Amino acid sequence: MAALQSSTLEAIVGNQAQLQRSWLEALEAKGAARNIREQDLRQETRDFLQLVIDGLGRESSTHIGAEGWEETRRFLEKLSASRAQVGQESHQTAFFIFALKGPLFDLLQAHYREQPALLAEQLWEISSLFDAFGLHTIRTYQKNREAVIKRQQEELLELSTPVVKLWEGVLALPLIGTLDSQRSQTVMESLLQRIVDTGSEIAIIDITGVPTVDTLVAQHLLKTVTAIRLMGADCIISGVRPQIAQTIVHLGLDLGTLTTKSNLADALKLALSRLGTTAGERV
Amino acid sequence: MTIREHGSQPVRIEQDVVLARQLTRKLASDCGMRLVDLTKLVTAVSELARNTVVYGGGGDMDWEVIEEAGRTGVRLVFRDEGPGIADIKLALTDGWTSGSGLGLGLTGARRLVDEFELDTAPGRGTRVMITRWI
Ligand SMILES: Nc1ncnc2c1ncn2[C@@H]1O[C@H](COP(=O)(O)OP(=O)(O)OP(=O)(O)O)[C@@H](O)[C@H]1O
Ligand SMILES: [Mg+2]
Repeated sequence: MAALQSSTLEAIVGNQAQLQRSWLEALEAKGAARNIREQDLRQETRDFLQLVIDGLGRESSTHIGAEGWEETRRFLEKLSASRAQVGQESHQTAFFIFALKGPLFDLLQAHYREQPALLAEQLWEISSLFDAFGLHTIRTYQKNREAVIKRQQEELLELSTPVVKLWEGVLALPLIGTLDSQRSQTVMESLLQRIVDTGSEIAIIDITGVPTVDTLVAQHLLKTVTAIRLMGADCIISGVRPQIAQTIVHLGLDLGTLTTKSNLADALKLALSRLGTTAGERV
Repeated sequence: MTIREHGSQPVRIEQDVVLARQLTRKLASDCGMRLVDLTKLVTAVSELARNTVVYGGGGDMDWEVIEEAGRTGVRLVFRDEGPGIADIKLALTDGWTSGSGLGLGLTGARRLVDEFELDTAPGRGTRVMITRWI
């Protein structure tokens, strides 16, 4: 396939300032400049245009995986990341690149007025190059988003296991949602650690927010309670609603070794009486 | 017996167990199942779906909302093409597990529903059908 002509590069270099101006106008017109400071946009468009010119001078290939495009690729990756941070979507970042196509096409059209065959060929070359740039920003954007989502999931994992101090010597762990194996592990670890850190004597695990108590959940609860007792502390399970209690019986689970209460208030009362205090005494 | 609604969904990974529970909860509550019965059915689904993932190597859950003699029911079939169960009697013994479970999933599920059918053989996979009437 035909490569980009040096004459095309010369046309771009010769009209650099004009290209940047038309590009900025296009961005403005499509609302793609929103949320971005004008001076940043100016800088970005100038830098990118320069990178393209440098790249075209160095690299005859319009395949952007080529070495000569490395700097441009890196610029696009940074751009993608910064756009993702201000909440722009991937197509908006890609549009930033595509908006330069119009002004470039106009330029080439004027430049190759007398040579329609060459014009078509050069338009095709430039177009595929810019498509590749745009796709690169989208790919990078997606990778960044995935990283963000993964981080949020991990944060949620910790967030959803808040161990709170209810009273001097009493910790509570309100469980919410599904207890898969990974979460159970995190939950148990953070609870045991907090018992050590606070020197608490009683931990209340509240399962009001756990919709299903099956054998796996029960097994995790039993393990946690055993570990708590091994540490010399005591544990109460609260939030055992009537439908859960009936289900547990039919499942055949033997939770007889556990102390259970139907709600958190009752569990706290029991904890306090075990500690030899009553509510109100130590506020 | 008439089938009012039916469908199928994959049970391959741990998250699918959650999805199976969620679908069952929705089917049962749409039919007006009482909370206690609904909780029992959902718990049975949790057990069977997890067995499908853990022992069956993944499979599918077929669901049906059925009507028979003026009553409505939710019927679920868990099927996999895993190793199957060699000793059914042993597998249906409270507390027996070949893994590290409590060995209460199958027997517990049987007690939590109105109808329970286990069809399995070594090398032929496993199929468990449960029904809960409203
Ligand atoms: N779909 C299946 N394919 C193959 N084997 C199975 C399947 N379902 C159950 N089994 C076998 O039956 C045994 C008993 O199952 P059951 O669900 O009662 O207990 P478990 O899964 O071991 O423990 P849990 O109490 O946590 O459910 C399993 O240990 C396993 O060997
Ligand atoms: Mg099981």
